[in-house]
Amino acid sequence: MDRFLAFVRKEIYHILRDWRTLIILLGMPIIQILLFGFAITNEIKHAKIAILDQAKDTHSKALIDKLLATEYFILDEYLSNESEIEPIFKKGNIKEVILFEPGFGQRLEKESIAHMQVIADASDPNTATMLLNYTKAIVTDYQMQQNARKKLPFSIDIHAEMFYNKELKGVYLFVPGLIAIILMLVSAMMTSISITKEKELGTMEVLLATPMQPAVIILAKVIPYLLLSFINAIIILLLGYFVFGVPIHGNLMLLLAEMILFILTVLSLGIFISTVTSSQQVALMASLMGLMLPTILLSGFIFPVENMPWPLQLISNIVPAKWFIIIIKGIMLKGAGIGLVWKETVILMGFLVFFILLSIKKFKPRLT
Amino acid sequence: MQTRQPMPNEYSIDVQNLTKKFGAFTAVNEISFNTKKGEIFGFLGANGAGKSTAMKMLCGLLVPSSGQATVASFDINKESEKVKKRIGYMSQKFSLYQDLTARENIRFFGGIYGLSNKQIKEKTDELMERLHLTDFANTQVGDLPLGWKQKLAFSVAVFHGPEIVFLDEPTGGVDPVTRREFWEMIYATAKLGTTIFVTTHYMDESEYCDRVSIMVDGRIEALGSPKELKAKYHVKSMDELFLQLARPETVKIF
Repeated sequence: MDRFLAFVRKEIYHILRDWRTLIILLGMPIIQILLFGFAITNEIKHAKIAILDQAKDTHSKALIDKLLATEYFILDEYLSNESEIEPIFKKGNIKEVILFEPGFGQRLEKESIAHMQVIADASDPNTATMLLNYTKAIVTDYQMQQNARKKLPFSIDIHAEMFYNKELKGVYLFVPGLIAIILMLVSAMMTSISITKEKELGTMEVLLATPMQPAVIILAKVIPYLLLSFINAIIILLLGYFVFGVPIHGNLMLLLAEMILFILTVLSLGIFISTVTSSQQVALMASLMGLMLPTILLSGFIFPVENMPWPLQLISNIVPAKWFIIIIKGIMLKGAGIGLVWKETVILMGFLVFFILLSIKKFKPRLT
Repeated sequence: MQTRQPMPNEYSIDVQNLTKKFGAFTAVNEISFNTKKGEIFGFLGANGAGKSTAMKMLCGLLVPSSGQATVASFDINKESEKVKKRIGYMSQKFSLYQDLTARENIRFFGGIYGLSNKQIKEKTDELMERLHLTDFANTQVGDLPLGWKQKLAFSVAVFHGPEIVFLDEPTGGVDPVTRREFWEMIYATAKLGTTIFVTTHYMDESEYCDRVSIMVDGRIEALGSPKELKAKYHVKSMDELFLQLARPETVKIF
């Protein structure tokens, strides 16, 4: 045990001495979450809209108030007739125009059906779709309020349901994804680099000539990175919670346990990479190309897996981060317990066992 | 007067027909030799002659294809863990951690050989004194001159008091003065009963050894004390002998 601790201490010295890398490792999650949270957010705030209210009755006014009360829309101007719509779009700073038909409120009261039109500037299709969804959601909400009061079913068929993330907050989705990415980066990349570094410098040979068991050497090398990864994950959780108000609805202990499971899985991946590469450069490239890209692209972090063509959907199944993101989204946002995420947990454990066995198999010939 | 023939278990290293094949290539071809306790054994050969491969087998880093060997009376095939506890190894590449200080390196290697903190502390102070490194004990090893690094690496390799220490070209790239000092350290260590197994390119260094073997093409072509070998092959220096034995190969290659 003393030998093991001597080894871990040496590994910690390595990490602390290389303070540039350490700053990057600890600073990266902070910068990334601030970037994703504030800058690369895919939610739209303060979009300028114009309104053409041809009804000017209580219902249309109430709806307009409701729309403008959100932080998504800012009223740029009221229009007075339809011919103004196109010019105002052409000026370019209006994202959406909302039209109420004449007699909107009356028709709603008497015929239970009224029409409104939403015209969005689709030169930026993502923004247009999102604004449209926001608008639909708000209108639907208004209908439901009215329905409850008057028991008059409306037949306007707008259905936009935002479950769990009613406000479509982007940062809710980014925090779980970021945890996965950062853990991937620190755990897999740094362990594979630190192990290949010993090979490259020739110190691995000396270590193997000592009475230390190879498995113990690897374990001792990995433990400090386990700690570092865990600290990183905590930083992201705290930032998400205090800066962006991302909730943790589920059991915190379960969340931390799942994070440790994922870290171990990724560490085993890093060990595997180090067994098949012998230089730091190759290990770095293998980690970046082989792990980071699939994690970013195929885990559902940025692009929904459901929207991918089926071959990519199949491939996404072998990306451990995909399962991890499902798990932590479940725990953080939906308050899921182990009963709801046990399947994904078992899959992660499977990855862990698989990569450890593979590493042992690959590592052996090099020792003998 | 005839010296008494040592019993087999008195040999610190005893090698019988040791062979290592990599596919069709035979790196080490049925070599046999032994070393006595406290002996300085020079293991010579051109690059690629199989020295490092043979040494790695003895250190438990490679598994032999056939043949037997005992190191410190333990079988390298069956008891490699016991062998590893009793040897020190200094690799061809510089083998200390450059980003750790001299003291931290010693503490680390002492620690993984299972020495207690107290033992390490005492021995470190004494060693730093002996190497005149006391002022630099807390300097990162990467900042030390090469000669000092090599002397430190040797000290680390023998720190845990091994019965045999394997040195793989320990003096490569080191200036003559430091080489001289390095050999003085080797002598001092051998006097305490540690067997020194050393590979080298420098033929003048082979003169410092008690006995040498010269490997050519995976085989041991000559074995004996420098004096015996020079007399046997009618040459004036080990340099000459080495060229005589190794040259046929060099010609074939070109």
